[in-house]
Amino acid sequence: MTEVEETLKRIQSHKGVIGTMVVNAEGIPIRTTLDNSTTVQYAGLLHQLTIKAKSTIRDIDPQNDLTFLRIRSKKHEIMVAPDKEYLLIVIQNPCE
Amino acid sequence: CKYKQQKDRDRQKEKHTERNRTEGILGCHPEIYPLVLTTKTQEIFNCRIDEDFTDEMPYKIIKKEDIFEDLRNRAAVSDFHPVKKVIQEYPGNELLLVYDKDFKYGLNFYIIGTEEGKENYLNASEVQEDQEEYKEFIPEEIYTYIPPVSKPWVSLGSEKEIEEESVKKSTKQVTYMISRKRSEFGAPITFRDQNASSVKDAYIECTAYPDKNFTLKQLEKNVGMQAVPQVQDTSTQTKWTYPKNASTQYYAREFSEEEKERLGQSKSLTDFLNNVSTSVEIALQQNEITNLFIDDWKSLAEEEGTFGDKTNTHLKEYQSFTDLHSQMEKMITCVSWHPTIYGLIVVSVAVRLSFEERVHFSGRLLLQPSLILFWSFSDPIHPQLMLESPDDIFCFKFCPSDPNIIAGGCINGQIVLWDITTYADRIESTKADGGGNKKTTLKPMFLLEPDGNKEATYIRHCAVSSIESGHRSVITDIHWLADTFEINRFGSVFENRNEICCQLVTCSADCTICFWDIRPLKTLTPTLPTEKKKEESIEIPFDVPSTFLHLDLSWKPLTRLSKGETNLDHCPTKISLSEEQLLYKISDKLLDQTKVTEVNLYHNLEAGLANLLKPIDDFCTKFFVGTEEGEVIYTDWKMEKDPDTGRMMAKKPKSLYSVHDGPVHTVQRSPFYNDIILTVGGWNVAIWKEGVMSGPLLQTCCAAKRYTAGHWSLTRPGVFYIGREDGYIDVWDLLEKTHEPAQSQNICITMITYIEPWTFSAKQQFIAIADYYGTLHILEIPWTLSHPSTNEVSSVNYYFEREVKHLEYVEQRRSIREQEKKEMELEMEKRKHKTHHKSKEQMEAELKMDYESYLELEKITLIGLGLAKASETSHMEMM
Repeated sequence: MTEVEETLKRIQSHKGVIGTMVVNAEGIPIRTTLDNSTTVQYAGLLHQLTIKAKSTIRDIDPQNDLTFLRIRSKKHEIMVAPDKEYLLIVIQNPCE
Repeated sequence: CKYKQQKDRDRQKEKHTERNRTEGILGCHPEIYPLVLTTKTQEIFNCRIDEDFTDEMPYKIIKKEDIFEDLRNRAAVSDFHPVKKVIQEYPGNELLLVYDKDFKYGLNFYIIGTEEGKENYLNASEVQEDQEEYKEFIPEEIYTYIPPVSKPWVSLGSEKEIEEESVKKSTKQVTYMISRKRSEFGAPITFRDQNASSVKDAYIECTAYPDKNFTLKQLEKNVGMQAVPQVQDTSTQTKWTYPKNASTQYYAREFSEEEKERLGQSKSLTDFLNNVSTSVEIALQQNEITNLFIDDWKSLAEEEGTFGDKTNTHLKEYQSFTDLHSQMEKMITCVSWHPTIYGLIVVSVAVRLSFEERVHFSGRLLLQPSLILFWSFSDPIHPQLMLESPDDIFCFKFCPSDPNIIAGGCINGQIVLWDITTYADRIESTKADGGGNKKTTLKPMFLLEPDGNKEATYIRHCAVSSIESGHRSVITDIHWLADTFEINRFGSVFENRNEICCQLVTCSADCTICFWDIRPLKTLTPTLPTEKKKEESIEIPFDVPSTFLHLDLSWKPLTRLSKGETNLDHCPTKISLSEEQLLYKISDKLLDQTKVTEVNLYHNLEAGLANLLKPIDDFCTKFFVGTEEGEVIYTDWKMEKDPDTGRMMAKKPKSLYSVHDGPVHTVQRSPFYNDIILTVGGWNVAIWKEGVMSGPLLQTCCAAKRYTAGHWSLTRPGVFYIGREDGYIDVWDLLEKTHEPAQSQNICITMITYIEPWTFSAKQQFIAIADYYGTLHILEIPWTLSHPSTNEVSSVNYYFEREVKHLEYVEQRRSIREQEKKEMELEMEKRKHKTHHKSKEQMEAELKMDYESYLELEKITLIGLGLAKASETSHMEMM
């Protein structure tokens, strides 16, 4: 299995993880463990939110940069790890 | 203005005439100055008109000095005043005054202002005659220009016209003098409005009125026509809204598979994931360790805000219903709340006789109608509806798709169907009555007539099943199958396109479980006309709806499962189908295809027969059965092909447990968990989990009194109600204690036959308890018993899981024990064998060792003695 697959599988096997997806810089999903419509929706929305968060951090301090974004909701937690070209999105259910 | 004009004109005229006069005269005779001489002057100068002047001598010579004297005497009054200057300039002494009789020069006298003129005149008067004579002889030889002599004005009547035209003041001009205080000049002006109508006569109105003189009726009109499209321009001033997208339809961009592959292999993605995965995993683990956002304080407390007394844990008596009109003693066999109408509860009653007594009184029983009664909260004396059935009903159920259809199972093995659609409004209206009219006057018994306020209507049943092909013994349980699936003759499951419940399952004491379909059977062979006639000749009472006419007396079960296959006669008393079977949902795609109109499908059941139905795979066709012997059977309804005979046969039950000591009268699934089943029978209660084959999760110890009814609580997952034969209700709470009921309450004096709780609202939950003497008690469930504590569902679930684990552990231990037991036996065996073997070998080994050690000893001794040398030892060894 390729390294990419291995890493994704490892992340997916964590407790409570509902879905994992890798999205490119434009918000187009590359790899996902969820169904297509959900993936597309998450990718589009979170991509925009990440850009907004990134620009917020940069506006406040141009030398700062966004490293991680965690959104906690009533039902789950969405974690977004941004990069120059890609975005890794993980959705986890923190409670038992 | 007019006056002014007139004045001007007058002045002008005067001037003009004056000018004319002077000009005209001066033009031709500049030395002539006309004069007016008054009589006084005439007397002074002796130039009276008629006396001194004659026609021949109309002139007089006046001395200048006289004139001057006159002027001095009379100054301005003197008539010579106007020509004063002329006279002064007159060179001579004597002036010539001529009487102008004809007014040639405008006035009656004139003065000649120059000497020459005087001379001329004097000569002229002489010459005039000569000239006239002269003129006769010389006829016009020389045209001499004679300037026009102004003739005296001859009135031709124009003066009258002028007088007419001239504007004269007819009235005296009114002068107003308006004065004002000086201080008020230049003051700021303040205007004020005044309504003209408020002041009397402030205005004069000239109202318009239609004058008939001016109305013209056009009788002919010439008009050009052209057909044009009707165009209407309208405009309005609105807030300018800029165009903005109301909605956008779009497709998300996606990568193709190859691109995804390619990107997935790219190095950049690998590097990215390597960089990022650490932080992501840390975050994930953080969440796994602890929930940061949990509010401990909140989750510690129980739910506050109780609506009632928390200390009150007893069921409160609310109402009770008894049928007072029945002649024989009845007991209640089955209770059901109306699924939609509030306050309506339905009971089925049966006579309280044993089998022998029934046979004995069978004649009397025939006259008694067997009834299902509809009780409403508003009227505890009279039932709202009474459904009639051929024999005593032991169980009945409302159809889930249509609450107006009721199916009941009789004591003689028949299924009875009622359709109360026509009476639906009657029972609906009782709801309103109950709400508004709280003061239902209860008349004393002796005043009650059998009919009472409302007519007691017996509603006849719609259809009964066939006597020959149905059950042969009392039907103990009846269920409607869910509207999402249907089964065929062999028990295979298909999807139900009708979206209504159309199949029933019954179990009876003749050891069979039957599946019934309420739709008309598709007859493969055409019915003979004779048969049809026979059917038609059966008269149907007019007030019975024909919904199930096709089933009446000819209803056969779809399929039958006999328990007789298992070599044991089980009499099923209750069955419990899984929730999945009752609530299976078909996919949306199929729903769209089967859109049916608003027709009541039960009246149009023909439409529901479809040949091609999609079979539903992986459908759980297993169910629990409780029997009269106290066994709980878990079996399958799907038939399988028997390898020997090739026929379809019912499968053998999967598992069978005998836990109860008496007939199982309650087999019920928990409303919260699909796979937890409660069985009550005999003297104990058992809780099962579907799938766990080793035994019940919980089995209570035998109670003092027999349990005769049981039901899960509808709102609390760990609570269930058990009815006893002495009229007590036991409330069990699994979270409180599992070895005995949490509380016990007395309801009535006799055996409780049925328990049915029902939730109306969050605040109101009732429980209906039926007893052996035919009374139905309605009690209100207190807050504590109806409201679950927080996390109760998960706690009870956890309890069940623990129990499952416990069972597993027990199994394991059992197997381990078995294993150990076996091992111990083996060991015992082995030990016996091994002692033999061991001793034999040991001895040989020992001998060998002894021998060798002896040889060593020998060698050493000999060497020590010096008897044998090393080489000799080998010699000895050889020996």
